[in-house]
Amino acid sequence: MIRVQYFARYREALGLDGEQLSAEFTSLDQLRQHLLARGGVWEVLAEQNLMCARNQELCSLDEPLAAGDEVAFFPTVTGG
Amino acid sequence: MAIRVQSQPFDPGVELNALHAANLGIGAVVCFVGYVRDFNEGREVGGMFLEHFPGMTEKALGKIAEEATQRWPLLGIEIIHRIGRLEPGEPIVFVGTTSAHRQAAFDACNFVMDYLKTRAPFWKKEDTAEGPRWVEGRCSDQAAAERWKQQP
Repeated sequence: MIRVQYFARYREALGLDGEQLSAEFTSLDQLRQHLLARGGVWEVLAEQNLMCARNQELCSLDEPLAAGDEVAFFPTVTGG
Repeated sequence: MAIRVQSQPFDPGVELNALHAANLGIGAVVCFVGYVRDFNEGREVGGMFLEHFPGMTEKALGKIAEEATQRWPLLGIEIIHRIGRLEPGEPIVFVGTTSAHRQAAFDACNFVMDYLKTRAPFWKKEDTAEGPRWVEGRCSDQAAAERWKQQP
């Protein structure tokens, strides 16, 4: 089981702040491909400057995943 | 080292004085305060909403502050970031660094802001006359953060 969260513009575009996925994924990008395959609004996750985190740490899309991980996708951060 | 993520306003002057009062060995206090502007990217801004990633936000800021204390001889560091609804003129962010001499405090404050801008999970949504809009990330912020990878 993997918990996925979406923030800011992505959360609004998807109309969803998060979900649990029961499938297994070897990497964060594989999980993203699974979501992109849903089509439609999910295209937003194809954005060039998409950012992601695994267990609340920024990471790249080739980050490996394990069961129980918490993953997040979000647009470029704009704090400060 | 203090990290605060809060919806309540804060007084930058009070924070600055408290940073100094903590240690008489402090010879330099550098503070950066970021404010909500009433104009951005060609449109008047009536206020904004700051979204964040609870849990990760505090961790990310703590990690940035920790890295600053490892790179420079600091005597203290504080980061405050607002979340939720903010009005034009209100402070959004406060970064204060203290050291015996000015250079460490200057550089560390600059570093913390550059990393915060590109690594801390906050997102601004502005209210404009044409409706709300998400603020987009800037390439110049990425470039500013990159330069700290090359120099000490």
